[in-house]
Amino acid sequence: MKKIDPSRRNVLSLGAGLAALTACNSAKQETPSMIGAPLSKLGSRSTHVTSVRATPPPDTKTPATGSSRTPLQDSYGIITPSGLHFERHHSGVPDIDPANHELLIHGLVEQPLVYKLEDLKRFPSVSRIHFVECSGNGRSEYSGNLGADPATSHGLASCSEWTGVPVKLLLAEAKVKPEAKWVIAEGGDACRLTRSIPMAKLLDDALIVYGQNGEPIRPEQGYPMRLLLPGWEGNTNTKWLRRLNVSDVPAMTTHETAYYTDLLPDGKARQFSFEVEAKSVITRPAGGQKMPGGAGTYEITGLAWSGRGKIQRVEVSIDGGKTWKDAELQQAGFTKAFTRFRMPWDWDGGAASLQSRATDETGYLQPSGDEMLAARGRNYSYHNNQIKVWYVRADGSVSHVAQGV
Amino acid sequence: MSGRMGACRMLRRAFSIAVLWSVAALGQQARIGKPAGEDKIKAMDITVFPDGRGLPAGGGTAAKGKDIFKEKCAVCHNDQGQGREGQYPSLVGGKGTINTPKPVKTVGSYWPYATTVFDYVRRAMPYDQPGTLQADETYSLVGFVLNLNGIVGENDVVDKDTLPKVKMPNRDGFVPDARPDVKAKR
Repeated sequence: MKKIDPSRRNVLSLGAGLAALTACNSAKQETPSMIGAPLSKLGSRSTHVTSVRATPPPDTKTPATGSSRTPLQDSYGIITPSGLHFERHHSGVPDIDPANHELLIHGLVEQPLVYKLEDLKRFPSVSRIHFVECSGNGRSEYSGNLGADPATSHGLASCSEWTGVPVKLLLAEAKVKPEAKWVIAEGGDACRLTRSIPMAKLLDDALIVYGQNGEPIRPEQGYPMRLLLPGWEGNTNTKWLRRLNVSDVPAMTTHETAYYTDLLPDGKARQFSFEVEAKSVITRPAGGQKMPGGAGTYEITGLAWSGRGKIQRVEVSIDGGKTWKDAELQQAGFTKAFTRFRMPWDWDGGAASLQSRATDETGYLQPSGDEMLAARGRNYSYHNNQIKVWYVRADGSVSHVAQGV
Repeated sequence: MSGRMGACRMLRRAFSIAVLWSVAALGQQARIGKPAGEDKIKAMDITVFPDGRGLPAGGGTAAKGKDIFKEKCAVCHNDQGQGREGQYPSLVGGKGTINTPKPVKTVGSYWPYATTVFDYVRRAMPYDQPGTLQADETYSLVGFVLNLNGIVGENDVVDKDTLPKVKMPNRDGFVPDARPDVKAKR
């Protein structure tokens, strides 16, 4: 560690003081200062900040069904502002008064129970940082319909600090019978979206959360309570949770048979693919952006995550995957959470192809699109975690397509 | 001295909290949840399992479902369940396409259980008025959709006994998650 020489520090502060004195003695400010806005009950972001979720074209006849995407390219650190968390709704966002909302636990239990929001807050609470990702994130990358910016290609993923109660405490109160192997979780949205969850996950790290980034979870994220299954595909993290039906078998619901299943070349479809595999994306410089200046020093930064644990390593290539260098990881250590990576880059002002690949703590390495296609074929639709490439051009523009294509 | 007492008190408190929660965890008795009666469970439980558990009394036929479909479903799914304008999913066809470059996934070609159709229609359809269909209507609509796909006859009775016995064409089309399956080269 370098130590600053105290005598040198004195000299420095003396210099700064003199400079300030000189400024005070100079003429009055060019423009008079204005008194700013008064105190307010609820803060809002600067009027100069315009970042919003990417929404689909408004021509749909069913606007309550669909998804909006987090503008990952505008994010700092690892937390997604709650108002920019991605949405995926199947029948709109219900307006639920917690006074009228109950969670029912029944089925293979000794004592069926109901809980109100206030009841959940009587349990010892836990707060953990976890990502949630829709398994359809990056779906169009399979077909070669590449996302033009990080929101479009990877924005169905967000990361929050979630606060709630471990599901196992509620299940213990209800006394689960030995033959119970699954729990059917049902949401309070209009379509009562339902998924079957293996009991082992609920007895492991599953939470019922009511808090998100220091405030009650937003209606779009399941107010007043949602299931949070760290690292598992977003659809299983039942929003507006109203019922847990403890069972010996899965219910084979629409959203675990007709949807969220992946077709293989032989016509068989994979089912119950819960874990999100290690993934990463460079968020700056990225598609849709322009290098802010000419050749010189910049930072390449992005996000990595894995549903199987911590991110162990992220490598970055600036030459189309020929050579790779380790990026620095910010605060590595949160499991099943976004991890910010960074690497300084001396851009020579020429064309470059940027990409990142993540390795998680199980040793799993994020594959390329070609490797995924070879293993799974083109009919596979969900659970795509392939490497994303951005192309920097000599004019400073950054694109999702290779130059000359 | 008082600091030490304080530490002891904290330790005691931590210990009693631990005991409190381990007792709860052992399930001696529910300390926070309120017992739920049969009526509440009956009112909220709409899950239908592949073996037919959860299916209500009543029944219907495809013949009876035709007019109900026209009235309540065709606005989106079209008269013969073929969907509309690429926005509303088709409920028919696609048989034999699942292992081709252009798979068409429908109730007939892809869905493995007929009970799922009942469960989904009752909880989620019609799209703008979910939860409004009576049991008989739902059975008839399920019959109509299955009949469009050539799976049941027009006058076959669809009820809690017959529906679980219906074998869907793609019943054996699903396999468990086999990931991690892609080995990337470094």
